[in-house]
Amino acid sequence: MFNKGCLAMQYDKQKAWNPYLAGALSGILIILSVVLSGNYFGSATAFVQLIGILEKILTPEKVAQMKYFSIVEPVLSWQILFIIGIFIGSFLAAKMFGDFKWQLIPELWKNNLGSSPLKRSLFAFVGGIIAMFGARLAGGCPSGQMSSSILLSISGFLAITMFFIAGIIVARLIFMGGAN
Amino acid sequence: MINLLYGLITGILFGFLLQRAHVIRYDKQIGALLLKDMTIVKFMFTAILVGMVGIYILGDLRLLDISGRPLIIGGAIVGGSLFGIGWSMLGYCPGTSWGALGEGRLDALIGILGMFTGAALYAEVYPFFARTVLTWGNYGNITIPDALGLNPWFIIIAIVVLGIILFRWLEKNNL
Repeated sequence: MFNKGCLAMQYDKQKAWNPYLAGALSGILIILSVVLSGNYFGSATAFVQLIGILEKILTPEKVAQMKYFSIVEPVLSWQILFIIGIFIGSFLAAKMFGDFKWQLIPELWKNNLGSSPLKRSLFAFVGGIIAMFGARLAGGCPSGQMSSSILLSISGFLAITMFFIAGIIVARLIFMGGAN
Repeated sequence: MINLLYGLITGILFGFLLQRAHVIRYDKQIGALLLKDMTIVKFMFTAILVGMVGIYILGDLRLLDISGRPLIIGGAIVGGSLFGIGWSMLGYCPGTSWGALGEGRLDALIGILGMFTGAALYAEVYPFFARTVLTWGNYGNITIPDALGLNPWFIIIAIVVLGIILFRWLEKNNL
């Protein structure tokens, strides 16, 4: 037990992997995924499918009439397992390298915007609603637009550019007023 | 069934890499939007560059059929802006939020609940957007080489060179 504790402390001091290396490995993973199973990365559709599966259980007649659920079928899919996998993979890495930590308010937020759990929760919830709405309209979230860009689609590069332009402006606004 | 298993394994490997590069963290995502820490940009663009070269080589070897994704200018601009606004408030994106929850970040869980709410709302109002925003500037599955009438490799080499210049600039300025 003592040894294990020591090991965890050592790991704690370990820094992040090089982002170019991890990014390149992710690029190879995308290629392998396409070759082996024909699936490009994407995460936002899984949210629609999961909520659709829930709605199908609660109000099946209504879901049958909703146009969007005839386009995005509410069934268990590659993408749903993919986001569950991201959760498991991150959990395993965090545990293995000793940087798993329960936390509601991130450091950067706390240092600039205070430690009110309500304020952080409200921003996270409302931000989540707007982000998902936007991702659906744009035809994909960052992982989906990464795939779109890999295919050299104009839509991928345009959407990522818009993500950053709007994100840079609003992040600046949020952090400008908040230095307390 | 095997397809679902591939999804799970791919997700686990991707989640592992995302966590190890620390790119799923709020501080890193917002650090990029505040132009102070470009870790996520390095990660994301390296993945795009490597993926692009690999996928197009496989396309040239006729092992894959390559086509672009649909471009609807209205959807990309309105949706892209909305995503950027929400992203800067939440500090996680749909995929990375699951990874952030995996390393114990509870604000990511609240964000996930928000995103489910957003997905349900979108499904309700989709017919309105299908009639309006999603009809503005529909160009079909167009790629950059299609639009310019060039061999894809000219574009890929140009993007790789631009990417390397960007990375060198980021490293020189300690971003």
